[in-house]
Amino acid sequence: MTDPAAEAARTTEAILADLRSGAHRGIVVDSPPGAGKSTLVVRAALELALAGERLMIVAQTNEQVDDLIVRLSASLFAARPDARIGRLSRGGFTAPPRLAALPNVVVASGLADLNDPLVTIATAAKWAHVRDEVWPWAIVDEAYQMRSDALLVLAARFERALFVGDPGQLDPFSTVENDRWRGLTWDPMQSAISVLLRNNPSVPVHRLPVSWRLPYSAQDVVASAFYPFTGFRTGTGPGERELGFRTAGHGVEDAVLTTAAKTGWSLVELPRRHTLRTDGEAVEAVAAIARRLLERGATARDGSAVTPVGPSRIAVGAAHRDQVAAIRAVLDHPEIVVDTANRLQGREYDVTVFLHPLSGRRDATAFHLEAGRLCVLASRHRQACIVVARAGIRDLLDAHPSSAPVHLGDPVKFPDGWAANQTMLAHLEPHTVSW
Amino acid sequence: MSAIAAYARALAVVEGVAQPITTVAHVHVAARPLVLVPLALAGEANAPLAAMVGTDPASPRLLIVPQPRDRQLRFAFAASLADVVLSYLDEFPVALAGEEPVAADAPQLWVPNRGGLAFLRLFGRSTRFRRTTGEYPVAPGVPVLGRWLTWFAERSEYPGASALLAATEVLGAHWATGQSALEDANLAALLGWIDPPAGSSAREAAREAEDPTVWPPAGPSTDPSFDNEVLAPAIAAYAEAPERSTARLERALRGQTFPTWELTWRAIELMRTLTPGGSVAVRWAADCRQYAGFHRWMAEDGLPQARRDGAVAAARRLLRLEWAQQEYTVSRSFDDPRVMADFRVTGEAFRGTVTEVDAERRVENENGNLVKRPLVVVRTEDPVHLAVGTAVGSPSRPKQSGRVLETDAGLVTVEIAKGLREALPRVGDDVTYSSVLSSGGRGPNLPPVEDTPWTHGGPPEPYVPTDEDAGETWE
Amino acid sequence: MPKLPPPDPRLALLRGSVPPKRHNARTIAALTTNPGCVRRAVLDTAGIDKDALARHLEFPAPFGQSSFAITRGNAFEAQLKADGCAELLTLLRETLELDLTEVAYADLESVGDNTSEDVRNTYSEQQLAHGGENTLFDHPLLRLIVAGQSVYLEPDLVAFQHQGRFHVVEIKSFAVIDGQADPSKVAAAAIQSAVYVHALRQLLGRPEAVADEVVLVCPKDFSNRPVATKVDVRKQLLVLDHQLKRMDDVDTLLSALPAGLSLGLAPGPDGTPTRPVGELTAALGEMSARYSPDCLSHCELGFFCRDEATGCTDALGTAVREQLGGVDTVAEALQLAQGTWAGDEYQAEVAAVLRTTARVFSETA
Repeated sequence: MTDPAAEAARTTEAILADLRSGAHRGIVVDSPPGAGKSTLVVRAALELALAGERLMIVAQTNEQVDDLIVRLSASLFAARPDARIGRLSRGGFTAPPRLAALPNVVVASGLADLNDPLVTIATAAKWAHVRDEVWPWAIVDEAYQMRSDALLVLAARFERALFVGDPGQLDPFSTVENDRWRGLTWDPMQSAISVLLRNNPSVPVHRLPVSWRLPYSAQDVVASAFYPFTGFRTGTGPGERELGFRTAGHGVEDAVLTTAAKTGWSLVELPRRHTLRTDGEAVEAVAAIARRLLERGATARDGSAVTPVGPSRIAVGAAHRDQVAAIRAVLDHPEIVVDTANRLQGREYDVTVFLHPLSGRRDATAFHLEAGRLCVLASRHRQACIVVARAGIRDLLDAHPSSAPVHLGDPVKFPDGWAANQTMLAHLEPHTVSW
Repeated sequence: MSAIAAYARALAVVEGVAQPITTVAHVHVAARPLVLVPLALAGEANAPLAAMVGTDPASPRLLIVPQPRDRQLRFAFAASLADVVLSYLDEFPVALAGEEPVAADAPQLWVPNRGGLAFLRLFGRSTRFRRTTGEYPVAPGVPVLGRWLTWFAERSEYPGASALLAATEVLGAHWATGQSALEDANLAALLGWIDPPAGSSAREAAREAEDPTVWPPAGPSTDPSFDNEVLAPAIAAYAEAPERSTARLERALRGQTFPTWELTWRAIELMRTLTPGGSVAVRWAADCRQYAGFHRWMAEDGLPQARRDGAVAAARRLLRLEWAQQEYTVSRSFDDPRVMADFRVTGEAFRGTVTEVDAERRVENENGNLVKRPLVVVRTEDPVHLAVGTAVGSPSRPKQSGRVLETDAGLVTVEIAKGLREALPRVGDDVTYSSVLSSGGRGPNLPPVEDTPWTHGGPPEPYVPTDEDAGETWE
Repeated sequence: MPKLPPPDPRLALLRGSVPPKRHNARTIAALTTNPGCVRRAVLDTAGIDKDALARHLEFPAPFGQSSFAITRGNAFEAQLKADGCAELLTLLRETLELDLTEVAYADLESVGDNTSEDVRNTYSEQQLAHGGENTLFDHPLLRLIVAGQSVYLEPDLVAFQHQGRFHVVEIKSFAVIDGQADPSKVAAAAIQSAVYVHALRQLLGRPEAVADEVVLVCPKDFSNRPVATKVDVRKQLLVLDHQLKRMDDVDTLLSALPAGLSLGLAPGPDGTPTRPVGELTAALGEMSARYSPDCLSHCELGFFCRDEATGCTDALGTAVREQLGGVDTVAEALQLAQGTWAGDEYQAEVAAVLRTTARVFSETA
């Protein structure tokens, strides 16, 4: 087995070489969960900054923009103390405190007020209103979550671009159902990268090979369920990560935690029943497990370093907003993040607990089966992932009618949600704890 | 499927009749619509077989293609249909107000079902590129009809547009039946539930509607046994002796279209019994503007619409469709408490009684100035799932809006921030607040077509209609 | 392919003294359209003529075909296959840019006078396994194992071998207009093609020997000229594979049924069924159906099952059922909503939501 760090470094070097060569108008980097996407963005930004190239960075949400600024600020300051990062925001935006302290960051709602920074960064929605100016380079982050019509709007702003993103996460969506653009290589409902690659087949596609976030216990299942053709490896090997507890316990929650600690996974199975989305018992179970993690003083070992799993290192996920609202109300903990898969994209925690999107359902819809949703929920953790579900999902999947319409010329999206769910469930079943 | 619509379907089963899921009409119903009942030949790509068409329920006009595989006869049919449709359009003149084309009213087409919409779209596609000169000349009206039908079909994709309506879709948006949505696609069955004939239950009427010998399918697909037993011999007879056999074919096709013609008019009559919602006129005005704009385009240049949207056109259309979708959702809920009811079930809106109003409350804003921010406290039984800070608006005061400040045990406190010129609600008032609001805001600037970026394939070749398009095989 | 045990005698009993109805790609594909329906699984496995059954039950399936559609479909196929598939070859060469220079054509339909299925199948297998490069094979007779039973498939299929791989060509008569076709028809064609790909792979014993992109040939725009489009059927193959594996064992299906159960129509001397309808209905009641309104458009028994489901929330569609909290019957849902029945202990949440719905609905009358 080669050294994962060396393997990852070779990929980064190849990407930066492509960047320097100027041979390509576009470069795509696929990144499985936690494979160092942000680190790459910062590396690439520095590379361009040191070459004196003005750079625009496009992210999808304000949070992502601010995360990137925080990561980039210090490195840029060390390399080029004179260079500034301009954060373009909508009018009335108040910068969060974490930005205010940074010496090389300017925040303004108009380009003119940024006073010609070396790096300009904003959300895609904000970039859409910038006119006339052209940057020699752009970095587009989370480009698989960006709709291609958003790319169309701002493509004139850059000459060359590096697109990074995770192909396994949720696809962008529209509130409109319309098949009229199906099969077109510029279908506005497709992701920015999908359209870019179909129109520019010569654009090189790199793949970050190592997930530094996911523990070894997640490697095979997440790779086979969600990255069936490319796969990835984890940066840590067997036994390098470990979830521990400072106190003992003997309840059903503790059985769940023990399984999770031992195997990295736990499937909490509630009695089989068709329920509402906001299944009260399941919501209780999710909250109880999250609470128990804190009560037991959970710790995370990574190599030889042991750190406490505080509330900010735990995330709770669900498919629907009403489920999130119900869990928040029952859990009632200000620091534990409870959110939908959409909003957990790109984030990282020690332990995650999620309500399975198919729990308590009799029939599945495309929404509930979407591979990206399950992938986000099952790949946010560094130590362990706990899944709460009603029994019966296997039968639901087996009985699921596969009558999805097929559109000529539409790229076939892999992994298939139904198949990914089957793979995931087959993996989880041996780690079942009855609730 | 909304909770309200699902509950109404359950009620319909037990009550034995469809249940209204709206209190007003959410589409515009024209005073003089043009009804079109098309039939297509089975197995062919949208080959017209017949159409019953007209503006007067008492005097429909039947157009037929006696030999549907004959290209000449198809174009003769298209020419006759063009006569009917284009002279109907002439009833809606377009004038210029300054530079702007304006129309006081617009044409409205009704077809029986979604299949009818698809038929018009494809019929528009197969005729709009034709030319009146060259190798395969057609009558002057044919390519004009094609462009107009394409316009109507594209317009019908916009949520809330009423230029082209399908009876099943319109009825289904206003009533819930005691059967499934799939079965509602049968116009006769749907009307059987909404308005069962005397002496028959809705369920019986709906079952009877599935018998093609009682109720011929509403098209454009025909009943296979009709094809095999009636149509095929009649077409064969026509091939032998056209003059003697035309009447037989017409009789047969009239029998297949007339029941649907009557059903479509009944659907229109039913819709007329509903009061239009408050924003229907606003949306119809948009239809009129679009109509006037296209009318002008046809008068000036009138190139046929491209086969597929280019990258820029696609992005523009998607943004407009999304905008229309959001506006339609919001204005329907503001116009109609029963539509709003759905958001109350999901906790996105609530209705209740005002228990407290603090009209003079002032708070400091970002600039340190004191500004008026009144509070309204509402007691409600509804399950409110609104986070603190969520923006809300009220149908009774559409210009006034605010945000949720607190929710606690059936009491919701709303801070009013905008529209303070409008009177505040008073204690004891029955009010509704909803978080499903207009998105407003201007859309992004799309590049001109000639600047289509490399990411999307670069600028496309400008579309120039070709001889090949005009002479496209139609067999 | 393995030698199979003789058919389970219970299947013949279920069918009642008539030969089994032959499967085709469409019936195999039905495995994936409603895989949760036990009734459909039993009937299909036993090779029961569902159409005749439905007619006798007085719920005939309205799946008649117009002679116009049949004529057009046949004409299109005949045109493509004329002169040893000359037009089809041109199309494959031009559209798919295949280097098909010298192509042989082998029609596997007739094997001398002896046309038993076994013989034809063996001949097809030999020809396909040892056929030369660049050969178009027409009408092969393939064999599949469904629930432990041998099933012959007579696809309307052309398979051609190119650069060592077989490609399945599916000819359909629905139009492709400006690159788009009816997505439900394409979906049906894709799953049928997947059945062929699957059967061919079984026959050859090498999955990689058959491409997972099939070639769909349809009339172009409004003309009779063909257009070829590649369709990736990997997803369909995944589902098919999974469902066929689940049905490995016919015993699990049959052991749940009462001994001696028969759905035979007991045809009289003139072939007219004499079996009392009540008896048949009771027999069908032994195997649970999973009805959804979609069944009306693809299952011959759809109308029978719909009638049976009267008063059930299933009859209103899966989305309605979900909104009604997954409650089985309409009456129960309304009782919960109107507060006349509190429901079981675990239904408290459903009841609360339904009561809110009922309240706001009646409030806005």
